[in-house]
Amino acid sequence: MDAQSSPPPALRLSDITKRFGSLTANDAISFELGQGEVIALLGENGAGKTTLMNILFGHYVADEGSVEVFGKPLPPGDPKAALAAGVGMVHQHFTLADNMSVIDNIALGTQPLLRLKLDRSAARAKIDRLAQDFGLAVKADALVADLSVGERQRVEILKALYRDARVLILDEPTAVLTPTETEALFKTLKLLVAKGLSVIFISHKLNEVMMASDRVLVLRAGKLSGERRTAETNRHELAALMVGHEVTPPVVAKVERGALLYELKGVSTARRAHGTALKDIELALHGGEITGVAGVSGNGQAALAGLLAGMEAPVSGTVWIKDAAVTAWSPLAALNAGIARVPEDRHRQGAIADMSVSENVIAERYRDRRFSRAGLVDWTAARAFAQSIIDDYEVKCPSPEARIRLLSGGNMQKLILGRALDPNPSVILANQPSRGLDVGAVAYVHSRLLEARSRGAAVLLISEDLEELLALSDRIVVISAGRLSKPSARGELSISQIGAMMAGHEAA
Amino acid sequence: MMDAVEILFTASFWVAAIRIASPLIFATLGELICERAGVLNLGIEGIMTAGAFAGWFTVYMGGDLWTGVLVAALVGMAFGLLHSFLTVPLGLSQHVVGIGVTLLATSLTYYVYRLALPEVTSPPKIEPFQPWPVPGLSKLPVVGEALFTQTPLTYLAFVLVIVVAWGLYRTPLGLAVRAVGENPGAVEAQGISVTAVRMGAVMAGSALMAIGGAFLTMSAFNSFFFNMINGRGWVCIALVVFGSWRPGKALLGAILFAAFDAYQIRLQQLSGGVVPYQVFLMLPYALSILALIVVARRATYPKALMVPYQKGER
Amino acid sequence: MRLEPKPAPSLAMSILYPVVAIVVTFIIAGVLVMLADANPFSVFRLVLKGAAGSQFAILETLTRATPLIFTGLAVAVAFRAKLWNIGAEAQLYMGAIITVVLGTGALPLPAIILVPLVMLAALIGGALLLAGPAWLKLRFGVDEVVTTLLLNFIVLLFVSMLLEGVLKDPMALGWPQSPKIIAEAQLPRVITGKRLHYGFVIAVALAIGLWFVMKKTVLGYEMRAVGHNAEAARFLGMPVNGVLMKTALLSGGIAALGGFSEVAGLKGSLTLDLSPGFGYTGIVVAMLAMLNPIGVVFSAIFVAGIFVGAAAMSRTAGVPSYIADVMVATSLLTMVTAIMLSRYRVKWK
Repeated sequence: MDAQSSPPPALRLSDITKRFGSLTANDAISFELGQGEVIALLGENGAGKTTLMNILFGHYVADEGSVEVFGKPLPPGDPKAALAAGVGMVHQHFTLADNMSVIDNIALGTQPLLRLKLDRSAARAKIDRLAQDFGLAVKADALVADLSVGERQRVEILKALYRDARVLILDEPTAVLTPTETEALFKTLKLLVAKGLSVIFISHKLNEVMMASDRVLVLRAGKLSGERRTAETNRHELAALMVGHEVTPPVVAKVERGALLYELKGVSTARRAHGTALKDIELALHGGEITGVAGVSGNGQAALAGLLAGMEAPVSGTVWIKDAAVTAWSPLAALNAGIARVPEDRHRQGAIADMSVSENVIAERYRDRRFSRAGLVDWTAARAFAQSIIDDYEVKCPSPEARIRLLSGGNMQKLILGRALDPNPSVILANQPSRGLDVGAVAYVHSRLLEARSRGAAVLLISEDLEELLALSDRIVVISAGRLSKPSARGELSISQIGAMMAGHEAA
Repeated sequence: MMDAVEILFTASFWVAAIRIASPLIFATLGELICERAGVLNLGIEGIMTAGAFAGWFTVYMGGDLWTGVLVAALVGMAFGLLHSFLTVPLGLSQHVVGIGVTLLATSLTYYVYRLALPEVTSPPKIEPFQPWPVPGLSKLPVVGEALFTQTPLTYLAFVLVIVVAWGLYRTPLGLAVRAVGENPGAVEAQGISVTAVRMGAVMAGSALMAIGGAFLTMSAFNSFFFNMINGRGWVCIALVVFGSWRPGKALLGAILFAAFDAYQIRLQQLSGGVVPYQVFLMLPYALSILALIVVARRATYPKALMVPYQKGER
Repeated sequence: MRLEPKPAPSLAMSILYPVVAIVVTFIIAGVLVMLADANPFSVFRLVLKGAAGSQFAILETLTRATPLIFTGLAVAVAFRAKLWNIGAEAQLYMGAIITVVLGTGALPLPAIILVPLVMLAALIGGALLLAGPAWLKLRFGVDEVVTTLLLNFIVLLFVSMLLEGVLKDPMALGWPQSPKIIAEAQLPRVITGKRLHYGFVIAVALAIGLWFVMKKTVLGYEMRAVGHNAEAARFLGMPVNGVLMKTALLSGGIAALGGFSEVAGLKGSLTLDLSPGFGYTGIVVAMLAMLNPIGVVFSAIFVAGIFVGAAAMSRTAGVPSYIADVMVATSLLTMVTAIMLSRYRVKWK
């Protein structure tokens, strides 16, 4: 075909570079998105995918490089220009105002701001038409707060379509969906492409990428590490491109199952504003065993983690630690009972970002005689402890006095792990322990968890990453709508069976 | 002597209640707009002081009354600009900046007052807004006198409740304001500047606070004196919470509060000095605290209230 | 525009920024002085002379700084744990009330016992006054900013009621005023015949003590942790509510000591104008000191110097003494801006 007459690509990114301080999040990235094409942008957490899309959409301004939409340059740093050029974005964390209706969320910013009256009926007509055309059923008058996650995502897509988007960017669209919802989403994407849209979706899940894209771009540490036609590649090749070498699963040695260390009997928790409560669950954690919890995020994992961490008390049922029923519910009680906690959110719960490494590592133990006497903190002991973790766990950090905020995610996680594992806990809660870490750090975290298992500790591993769960867990339970499935031993269930259970179907 | 219950059925009592409510309505609406956009404006007390002075001083210098209101609003906006510049793009603590703006607006007002009128011992007076009975309506039984024999500024306060309610719920701009206080990311993703909406809301809200202050010097009284706001601004912050961030409920709260205030003044006279008058004066403040306790459990704050926003951060 | 954190401000920078803030404050005040048809330089010279130009001026500044150290420390302690105590004014009056109630002869004890006893009582009174709003915050989620602010007005009316009622001095004519406290309840003067009293010494000792508490003790560690990230502190097993309540008791008590010190050391009796807003100015003092207890002593002296100097200047130069209040308020805003700019880099676009 003659290059002169071919239509311009929907998107053309040329040499996009973005630095945050000393970190180069995007390093001279160039690619084109053809009209009617679906590109998957594959990469690990922290590879720079979201940064790149944020530049495209104008949330960030690139330090170097340019973006063209249908052959026209896009002014940087202006979401409004991106929207006007026909670029729509479905963010990973939905950008919806919970206190407003679906119509209002979609109409927001689409009518001149200084108009005296919002034209809701015109908005409603257009939303109804789009919903029909693309099979995106929504309740237009419902409050967003009352919608399910899947519905919210449909609203996000409608927002883009309402603005006549011709290029749609989806940032980790399946992270919060059940396998069934994911399938529905991919059907929608096919429909969008059939109607002439071009799509980029971001993912770190290989199977989805293989299933739904025409072409795959792989990002690694801010650089484009490979580009493949989906039809001409396979999962192994993509995985290698993603992490830079062949992925070797951790070596899991055989360990004798130990004593029962922690047990939940018929436990339910109170209703909560966000996420799901636990309903009548049974769970037994044995020494020398890693129990993996699979499930779509928001199905009760937070309540389960809260229960172990002492942040939440059951409303019914009993909890046993070794052979004593638990009566006191507080994080301190959990700590004293020998439960180590690696929280899901390092910044919100795991560490106090503006305090130093020494101050952070003693946070769970500062009352012990080791770290304080007569109400005075022994800072020498605290520093020594911090230094010992820094040495043992190979933490990259200038000194025990450095504010923990300045550390990378992996180093922060190592400190948290070091703090949690120091007292040789009998039960370990590891909630998304490898989220957002680079490959090296992930392997490190896994080896430490396996080490604790060999030592005889019981580990509860909650993760959204099925591959991580399958690699590490001796037994897997599936959590769905606040209920736990019966445990199944390693290798007993296939990925698709687990997927079905995550969607709420009983194991076949 | 009049009975304590009878007071509630006199027109003069309700006339007073509505008059006392008026400045609170302005300032509460102002604070409500700020908080709906996600900014707690503790500058309110000082901005009301500045507005009270600016409006009065304009008239004292020969301006007409409506020019005075306009000047007060502009002064309020200026302080709103200062507040929002520090708290929105710079993301400084809204608590600290708010207190700072109150201290600054108050001291600056007193400084200018002393500068302009170095000699005066008793505060000079102006000719304030006069009651303007609405033809026809003021003759209605019961509510006629209470509602429709007020000054034009009171009517403006009531009209503004409708305007603000309409604006927040029925206009594109209002959607943006409510969304920016709930999830700023939603606003930015739709191509609207979070900074602009928040700063605009704080400036508009501060203008209303200043008019609330001006009501005191230009309609309720006829001169400016020190400490005249006397905690009304803080009361308005309580009223916003009490009104669940809704203009209609906030109006109701302001009228309830003012009725109580008017009532305690009359009870004071009734009690004949047996109970110290200070006890009656304390009641409105105590009532505000009580109101906060009552609604605290079911209060649904705008989710992004007091949370600074950085572009691209979600 | 957007903000990006700087790695760690160098020592030079963390000194330079506050200095620039103070310079900007003086520039703004200079413009206002020019509005009064006065020469800013000669006015500031007069302020300096009034604040530090003689032994009398210096002692006067230190005397004025004394209550500000107390309220500044009270605010610094509370703000460190992100407990927004805006009610130091009320707590200070509470301390003063208790000093007058116990110090006017009700307890016939020798000074060596009476003074510490009254001090302790004042401390407890102020602590309990802030415990109320703190409890409402922890139990019902009522914002302490509004409750402490409203309590300022309630307590001032309460003082007025006392002064016209049970605490009225029968000998005083006209002005509502309490009787004088007895000699045994008084704090001695640092230099006989001068106004500077031992309240100043107590304030400085307290500042050093609090510095030690914040740096070295378990409580100080917990307070800082809760202030930086209450959710993490809770997760990590700290008794967050208990820490906040202890903070409230400490903060309220310290502010009340300011009231004790003013009555027992300086005024001898309670009046309605005992505090010209010491509680509110304490917020500025604490912020100027970046919440550091030792820094509070210096910022209190600085702020007191502006007030004392401006009052003296105003008598001769004809610039309203409210210029001092303007400067103090301006310095608060310029200082918080400066602190932010020393930690973040502003990027335009």
